[in-house]
Amino acid sequence: MHIVVCIKQVPDSAQIRIHPVTNTIMRQGVPAIINPYDLFSLEEALRLKDRFGGRVTVLTMGPPMAEASLRKAMSFGATDAVLLTDRKFAGSDTLATSYALTSAIRKLHEEEPVDLVFCGKQTIDGDTAQVGPGIATRMNMQQLTYVAKIEDVNLDSREITVQRRSEGGVQVLKSRLPAMITMLEGSNSMRFGTMDDMFRAARTPLKLWNKDTCVDDEAKVGLKGSPTVVSKVFVPKPRAEKAKMIEAEGGASAQAAAAIDMLFTTYPKLANDLVR
Amino acid sequence: RKFELSEELKAYKGVWVIVEQERGKVHTVSYELLGEARKLADKLGVEVGAVILGAPGPFINEISGEAIAYGADVVYTVLDAALAEYRTEPYSKVMTDVVNTFKPEIVLLGASTLGRDLAGAIATTLLTGLTADCTELDISPENRSLAATRPTFGGTLLCTIQTLAYRPQMATIRPRVMQMPERDGTRTGRVVEVTPNLAEDIFVTKVLDFIPDSDQEEAQLAFADIIVSGGKGLQKAENFKLVWDLAEVLGAEVGASRPCTQAGWVTSDRQVGQTGKTVRPKLYIAAGISGAIQHRVGCENSDVILAINSDPNAPIFDFAHHGIVGDALQILPALTEQFRQRRLVNRKAS
Ligand SMILES: Cc1cc2nc3c(=O)[nH]c(=O)nc-3n(C[C@H](O)[C@H](O)[C@H](O)COP(=O)(O)OP(=O)(O)OC[C@H]3O[C@@H](n4cnc5c(N)ncnc54)[C@H](O)[C@@H]3O)c2cc1C
Ligand SMILES: Cc1cc2nc3c(=O)[nH]c(=O)nc-3n(C[C@H](O)[C@H](O)[C@H](O)COP(=O)(O)OP(=O)(O)OC[C@H]3O[C@@H](n4cnc5c(N)ncnc54)[C@H](O)[C@@H]3O)c2cc1C
Repeated sequence: MHIVVCIKQVPDSAQIRIHPVTNTIMRQGVPAIINPYDLFSLEEALRLKDRFGGRVTVLTMGPPMAEASLRKAMSFGATDAVLLTDRKFAGSDTLATSYALTSAIRKLHEEEPVDLVFCGKQTIDGDTAQVGPGIATRMNMQQLTYVAKIEDVNLDSREITVQRRSEGGVQVLKSRLPAMITMLEGSNSMRFGTMDDMFRAARTPLKLWNKDTCVDDEAKVGLKGSPTVVSKVFVPKPRAEKAKMIEAEGGASAQAAAAIDMLFTTYPKLANDLVR
Repeated sequence: RKFELSEELKAYKGVWVIVEQERGKVHTVSYELLGEARKLADKLGVEVGAVILGAPGPFINEISGEAIAYGADVVYTVLDAALAEYRTEPYSKVMTDVVNTFKPEIVLLGASTLGRDLAGAIATTLLTGLTADCTELDISPENRSLAATRPTFGGTLLCTIQTLAYRPQMATIRPRVMQMPERDGTRTGRVVEVTPNLAEDIFVTKVLDFIPDSDQEEAQLAFADIIVSGGKGLQKAENFKLVWDLAEVLGAEVGASRPCTQAGWVTSDRQVGQTGKTVRPKLYIAAGISGAIQHRVGCENSDVILAINSDPNAPIFDFAHHGIVGDALQILPALTEQFRQRRLVNRKAS
């Protein structure tokens, strides 16, 4: 079985700060991590490899420093890794990103047919959830998003049964390989890699690909290949006024009484809802 | 890079909303979007189109009527047995065809599991731009294109994205971010029936079963009129009871900040914020919540926000309407007690 897992290196958003004067994102010193949602997909891929054998290739498009994320993924047990990196990819929106990644997956497919592609549900930086569906559509693969559980895989009939989260319930879907799957968060938890995996992750050479390796049409990547244009970046407007403070002498019960009086006089309509 | 629209693409007209219905039930985000589409279409001087996909059935007429009452001028009903349950393949196939036939300039979808799955697929077949999870939509006066604003980096910044040289312009919008429009039962509109004639055997994925969530399981947070939310400032799980007590006298739903759901003080479906629910109640009471940006984006559209925090400099006071500086562990029970008394008085009076 050949499984490709797409991972994205993202800044650890808990630590992002905005420069108070220039309103730009201060990335310096912010650690880069594997997009947390991608780990659920990677773990699921590794479980399938444990069961059926074969290999898991991790793929990322990003700057050269994204190598660290690929090595991390290999330390969990991924077989090999492709880093797709080229200045020409800079500024890609999701349509251009899915084109570049699909080009790389096609090349991997020529080397050994790909049965499954896994993507994260979404990223924590761009947060669009659009790249997975983009890849599935371009590869003409069955698209199975928000998967809570893979119930069954049958390699002979090439059938796969999954539970997919939808609004108000869970769909049980029967589909066929090749398919593109995005896993729901919490559907599994990432294993600890073995010592062997860690050594292998440090030693194995990565496949370093660029646009000439696999991209047919240069006009479809980067800014040029992106239909969306970011026209403005700005800080949310602070509310004009700060909260009006409710002050009262006499402790919590006096404060509570003053708050309720304030609500009832300022919002007479709300009063009905509150003491109905 | 080209920013000019080609002559062919200039012919694209109208603002569309894909109405999400699953098993006859319409996701309210679709009505919220019809309200937004109405505003955009009025600025452009064009029509609002609503697209309803599904199997033929009696409820389709009813949904068409609702779509018109909420702002649509024309309803496209795309009906086929293969569309009975949501599946990416048949839905994206018919939507691609319908867009290519009727050529709308803007297509809006809810950022739900259905909307995100479908939008990502059809933006790829149509080779056009798609802006995700928008919080604000407008028409740019210079070039009449859609200016779609979305939070980035967890809401610390906003960016406005446009699709200038491609059509349609697509966007997904989170449920409850836009206001529910007034329903106007006197509005009239046209219905255009589209019969796609799909052959079921060309679709690989089959729906074997649907397991509905039990109603009690899901907190009805997104639609609550009153919400009492607790944060890490409540200090321990037992103290969260004070939030439940106040919610009970007010007939309110209970919400929480992320550290509380992560610590297991309350279930995760009660989390308000960027990675939780967006809410817009008439009253939001936040007790012991600092007001981090990821929490703020989920509740700042509430009509009235009352914050209780022991720190007078807590960021929540920057966007709450009213504040009490004090110990939530004392103020919550005091509020509960006094609301209870007022309710008793009110009952006796009536
Ligand atoms: C703040 C911000 C807002 C943006 N808004 C938009 C927008 O509205 N519309 C738009 O078209 N573009 C947008 N972009 C550009 C978009 O983020 C990039 O195209 C990005 O490369 C992929 O999108 P994503 O991060 O949203 O990924 P998602 O679509 O959320 O990612 C889903 C999964 O796809 C895979 N994946 C995504 N990117 C890569 C990669 N580089 N390498 C390997 N696997 C990957 C991962 O498995 C990931 O979990 C935005 C970018 C930023 C920084
Ligand atoms: C990617 C990402 C996504 C996130 N998504 C969400 C999300 O969806 N929702 C969310 O809520 N958070 C989210 N967060 C977390 C968010 O950044 C904050 O950490 C979180 O909201 C803080 O919760 P809190 O205000 O309850 O706790 P704290 O920040 O610890 O604040 C506690 C507050 O209580 C006050 N306090 C202490 N004691 C008392 C007392 N006795 N009485 C009254 N007040 C008291 C303190 O002054 C303080 O202001 C996210 C973070 C990241 C990085």
